[in-house]
Amino acid sequence: MKAYSYYPGCSLEKMAASYHVSTMEVAQRLGVELKELEDWNCCGATAYFHVDELLAHTLSARNLAIAEKTGLDLVAPCSGCYKNMYFTNAHLKEDPDLAEHINYALQEDDLQFSGSIQVRHLIEVFVRDVGIDEIKKRVSSPLKGLRVAPYYGCQVVRPQKDREDVEHPRFFEDLLSAVGATPTDYPLKLRCCGGSLIVTNRRAALTMVRDLLQNAVDRGAQVIATVCPLCQLNLECYQRHVNREFGTNLSLPILYFTQLLGLAMGIPAKRLGIGTELVAPAFALAR
Amino acid sequence: MPVKPSFSSEIVNLLYSAETNPVQSCIQCGTCSSTCPVADFMDHSPRNIIALIRADLRKPVLSSNAFWYCASCYQCTVRCPAGIDIAGMMYGLKRYSMWRNHIRRGTIGADFSRRFARMILKNGKSFEPALATPYLFHYGLRTFLYDARNALALFMKGRLPLFPKRLKRSARFRGVLNRIIPMGRVA
Ligand code: SF4
Ligand code: SF4
Repeated sequence: MKAYSYYPGCSLEKMAASYHVSTMEVAQRLGVELKELEDWNCCGATAYFHVDELLAHTLSARNLAIAEKTGLDLVAPCSGCYKNMYFTNAHLKEDPDLAEHINYALQEDDLQFSGSIQVRHLIEVFVRDVGIDEIKKRVSSPLKGLRVAPYYGCQVVRPQKDREDVEHPRFFEDLLSAVGATPTDYPLKLRCCGGSLIVTNRRAALTMVRDLLQNAVDRGAQVIATVCPLCQLNLECYQRHVNREFGTNLSLPILYFTQLLGLAMGIPAKRLGIGTELVAPAFALAR
Repeated sequence: MPVKPSFSSEIVNLLYSAETNPVQSCIQCGTCSSTCPVADFMDHSPRNIIALIRADLRKPVLSSNAFWYCASCYQCTVRCPAGIDIAGMMYGLKRYSMWRNHIRRGTIGADFSRRFARMILKNGKSFEPALATPYLFHYGLRTFLYDARNALALFMKGRLPLFPKRLKRSARFRGVLNRIIPMGRVA
């Protein structure tokens, strides 16, 4: 059994609780043990970097230092948390002065950053560490004929972390195929969902959400699969706003990739948090 | 007599804080602007902002709405042929404008970020309802009603957090932050 430290992040505690429960269900079936990080704090999201870079790195460094105590790599299901903690880890390793400064502060909580672990995104752990073949073996009720738009969004692939393909990634499509679904062509799969612009610049964010939804519908998708709670929130909960603003008639369910994996593994919809959506995924509820 | 640094070198130095960012090597190719999903909403495109910085035109840069429209999606950053982290530069401009308290009228972004920062300093975790509520009426009554319907629907589905979560060791967490903030104290 592979074991990891698990950093759910603020959204998964409530707004995106379905991402959390489906992650736990699927991880267990795949023989992946996720141990929740003890007393973790917010990663700072994007907003903290707007205010102060040093404090933003300190927030992530505290989580990294707690994870180091376990000796396990740190896994985040949220793309934003993943990106923040990944780069703080990288910067502090490269910059001993910065690490020393932050370590001085971490002493207050008996913590030390030493750069001994790696930060991973949940989908990357499933695809790379567990492997597509292994996942295939666990599929008991394949999602035959379900056309799914693989929505990567921004931060799981950008900025570039090590060797991954930032322009034409394919791993999400491969994963969807492995569980029997049909990944649709989705030209906007790497486009931004608008992030916190949904609060600060509503019209711009709604335009971005509309384009993403319309593009998926145009390519025949029945559902968009996502790897990030903020993408899910923006794409799902603001469809009504989009329809009013632009006179569209969109109604496209947005599910977490873990929920689709779980369905294909025969896990009952309810245990995957399905049923808490604002746009009901009829095909999933019927299973 | 010490020479005051020009605006462009100030910006470059600011951006060197965590990683290098060679803003001066921009070739003005426009890749960043054409790849940016919000460029249409910006008064100056990303390419333009860099041109203005290099021309030391502080005022039009700070008065621009461009960096507050930036969603930090890094599409420009991964495509820039000159290796400039434009998204990082937009972050830098947000910080710079807040530091100078030069915030364009009607910009929610700065207030939102400050509020977020204060919340994290206090609780250690984010609490979504407190972030969005101050702007409930900003987009008018119709939008407010739509937002309220959303909130109610999320509540019915058990997805709306009603109470902020806190850390177990919040006093020690604040102790950590107080060692980074050299003066004054965290709430
Ligand atoms: S893509 Fe890079 S080099 Fe081209 S205009 Fe933008 S910043 Fe300059
Ligand atoms: S990071 Fe900002 S400036 Fe760059 S493409 Fe994305 S939204 Fe545009």
